[in-house]
Parts: sequence; structure tokens; C-alpha cells
Amino acid sequence: MLVNILFWIYAAVLVGAALGVILARNPVHSVLLLVLCFFNAAVLWLLIEAEFLAIVLVLVYVGAVMVLFLFVVMMLDINVERLREGFVRNAPLAALIAVIVAIELGYVLWVRRLGVELPAGTAPLPAGHSNTAEIGAVLYTDFVWPFQLAAIVLLIAIVAAIALTLRHRPGVRQQNIGQQVAVRPADRVRLVRMKSEREP
Amino acid sequence: MQWLIAQWELIPPELQALIIVTLQIVGVMLAVIVIVAFLTLAERKVIGYMQLRYGPNRVTFFGLRLLRGVAQPFADVVKLLLKEIIIPGVSSRFLFLLAPLIVLVPALAAWAVIPFAPEFVLADVDAGLLFLLALTSMGVYGVIIAGWASNSKYAFLGSMRSAAQMVAYEIAMGFALVGVLMAAGSLNLGAIVRAQMGGFLSWNWFWLFPLFVVYFIAGLAETNRAPFDVAEGESEIVAGFHVEYSGAAFATLFALPEYANMILISALTATLFFGGWLSPLQGYLPDGNWLALSGFHWLFLKTGFFLFVFLWVRATFPRYRYDQIMRLGWKVLIPVTLVWIAVEALLAWLRIGPWAA
Repeated sequence: MLVNILFWIYAAVLVGAALGVILARNPVHSVLLLVLCFFNAAVLWLLIEAEFLAIVLVLVYVGAVMVLFLFVVMMLDINVERLREGFVRNAPLAALIAVIVAIELGYVLWVRRLGVELPAGTAPLPAGHSNTAEIGAVLYTDFVWPFQLAAIVLLIAIVAAIALTLRHRPGVRQQNIGQQVAVRPADRVRLVRMKSEREP
Repeated sequence: MQWLIAQWELIPPELQALIIVTLQIVGVMLAVIVIVAFLTLAERKVIGYMQLRYGPNRVTFFGLRLLRGVAQPFADVVKLLLKEIIIPGVSSRFLFLLAPLIVLVPALAAWAVIPFAPEFVLADVDAGLLFLLALTSMGVYGVIIAGWASNSKYAFLGSMRSAAQMVAYEIAMGFALVGVLMAAGSLNLGAIVRAQMGGFLSWNWFWLFPLFVVYFIAGLAETNRAPFDVAEGESEIVAGFHVEYSGAAFATLFALPEYANMILISALTATLFFGGWLSPLQGYLPDGNWLALSGFHWLFLKTGFFLFVFLWVRATFPRYRYDQIMRLGWKVLIPVTLVWIAVEALLAWLRIGPWAA
């Protein structure tokens, strides 16, 4: 009962925040509303006792991905009015895509459910149940190759991103930090011993 | 008294549990805030003596000469609360006031999963370590939003620096924690402490020494403390992200989380690498000896020591240059953790050291 009430509250906030993401006039506000979305999605996962996934969602998306998003969006001086110029022109195409996505969602949620008896809600898990251990056990046995493959794809993406942005320009004066760090006091400072002078 | 107990019995058990938990939470929060108050005093005193001066030595309780300086935090709090809160005219007002709260809430919420004593933890979360990592990564939002909402160039520069720095050091911190959970085989902080039983040589620091060093350095950077305090950088960008904040908004909402985070990182270092509430002499003295008993006092002492190290570092090292911070984070700390995780996996594979059994 309490879980149901909480679900509707958080789901409502989630939908509201998601609408806010696309309706907010300021891109920074959009990003922050998206963060709110992720939080509410994490809470929904917590409600079905998937605590590992919930915390990882917050850790990865809120803690890392959205920080970088915010970082970039804050630095751009985006003119929202100009972005909205094409709104009416592109509206029919967008509506078409939205309808297709809605139909697909409906197919997955409703049509394929016919004949399959889904339980309402999930049964509470036993007290000593460890969500983390269970996911780990599946991830490193049944799904070990897809998991490794995903890791390699991400690694390639990282290397590619660095290769795209790394530029060597000739004639640029740069600091050699390794050399700077390796400097010892004896290289720069000469200590002189001298007798103290008497005031005249 | 009888009447009170009778009344207590009348409350339904769910509500009783709720009241007890709420009181515990309030107790822990008040304790953290009081420690923060005295930590500010300790910081000024410790750094003062390290730099051959006295530190605060005027404000006292009831005119007692013995307590000179002890009441300084309370005087500071009163001063800051009575000052005017200035909101810049062209700032984003809502976000400007929200930012300090975003810094404060994770700093206090993280205490929920810390095991204070063998039998006392507010929330015995299964994935406690991940929960902590997720919460500590939240603090950066407060800093970024504060810098952006202030609509000031200095504040903006400060928040940019802070964002890049925190993202970089969070990775090193996360990898250091991976080593800890490999050693304990659990994400639960209570289980991590229990896995380190048996005297100070079986604590995690011994086999995970590089990870401990990386974790502590990353902790310094995460809390924006010297020598990683470029987000404030008084000498370059005035006061960084909180240049536009004043009065209570500054005090309770930026000074408080910074010190609360320091205590948190110290307590976590003690818990993850130094056995938390375990006694260092366990196994060296006969069972039942009071020095070999585990308890909250050991966690308190260890946390106090690491807090002292925080102050010591601040008094000792000059501020890092920004590019050097990035180099240290990406090119030194992360490779060190990666190598040591591999070494640890090898040790566990060959059943050497704590993995022998």
C-alpha cells in the first residue's frame, strides 16, 4: 500500500521532470531536471528492491555523465530562440517518431503480455538476499562474453575520442611537467653561508 | 516514569521503530555538527601552533581563563548567522539558494551507512560502499550550480575547476574502493570492518597500502582541501565558487559541508583501511583485556588522527597548480590503483597473505 503511494508520487515527479527537460527555456535547467529524472528512476528501482541498479544509476549517470553534460552546457552560450525556429517545420516529423515510439512501447507492454500471466508487483525478497552478489554471479557466468564485448567497445570509444581531439601542433611552447616535478632544491637555490654583519 | 513507559507501550511497534530511528538520526547529525564546530577551532589552533602563533585565544566561556579560545566557534556561528544574506541581482535566484543545500545534504546523508560500533549503524545497506560513492559524487553539483547561478566570472571559473577536479579524482577513489571490496568480498561496510579482524597488521592498509595512499589523496581533492583547493584559490580567483555567498548561506551551507566531508573522509579511511571500530591490539593481548576490546572509541581515535593529518597537510603544502592536479589525478593515481588491483587479484589467485585461508 505504502509502496504503491510512493510509486505514484515518484512516477509523477519523474514524468513532470521529464517534461521539464524538454520544455525548460534554459539548457542548464534542462540538465538539472534530467538529474532529477534519474533520481526518481533510481527510487522506482529501489521500490522493487533492485538497490544495486538504483545506486549504480545515480553513481554513473548523476555522478559522472551529467556532471560532464552540465560542464559543457554551462560553457555554451546557447540561443534558445534560434533553436526554436525550426520547431513548427519539424513538428510533423517529430510527431510521427513519437507515435511510432508509443506504438512500440504499447506493443512491448500490452500486446506481448497477452496470454502471459504477470504478477502484480514483485514478491518481497528474503531478508539475507544480496542484489549485488546475484547480478555479479549472472554477469560473470552467463553474460561474461557480452559483458567483455561491451567493455572493449567502450575502450575503443575512449581511444577514438582521445585520438580525435589530440592534436600536435609544431612550434608550440609547452611545459614539461615531468621535468618540473623532478626539480630538486639544489638545482635552483644556492645556499650561501655568511657571517652576520654588525650594525655600524 | 511508570506513566511514560506505559504511554510508550501504547504506541504501535512500527511507529516505535520510526521514532527510535529518527532520534538516532538526529543524534548522529547533531554530533557531526558539534564536531564540525570544534574542528574549525582545532584547525585554527593546530595550524597556528605549526606556524608558531597562537590561533584563537580570546573568546571564552564564563570568563574562565582556562577555556580561552574554546568558545570561538560559537562566536563565529553567531556572527555569520546575524550577517545579511546578499543575493546578486542578476543571479538565478532559486538555484543560488538551492546550491548550498545540494552540498549539505549528501555530506550528512552519507553518515547513514557508517558502522559506528559493532552493533550500531543507522542503515545496514547491502551496497553501502556504492551508496557512499554515489553520495560523495553528488557534492560537485552544489559547487557547479553555485558557480553558475552566481553569474560571476570568478565563481564560474571556480566551479569549472572544481568539476574537472572532482570528476578526475572520483575515478581514482572508485578504483581504490574496488581494491577494498575485493579484499572484503562485500560492499557492506560492516562486513568490510569484520573482514579486517585480528590486530593492526591484518587491517587493509597493510596489503592495500598504495590504495590507501591514493584514497586519502583523492579524499583531500574531493573535499576541496589544501593543497587541492584551486576551486577556492583565494590568490587567483578570490574565493572561487562561493565568492558571492554571505552570512548564513556561506557559513552553514559551505563551511559546514566542507568540514562534515572532512570528517566523513577521515571516518571512511579509518573504516576501510584501518579496521573501523576494531582494536589495533586485538590478538596481541589476551582476550578480555580492555585494550583489545572493539568499540566506538577506536573509530573515534582513528578518525581524529586522520582529521589531524588533514590539518597537517594544509599547514604544510603549497597549493597545486591546476595542470599538475590533473596530471597527478589522471597520470599517477589512476595507474597506481589499476596496477595494485591487478597485484591484489594475483595475490588472491595465488592465496598469499590475507587470502591464504
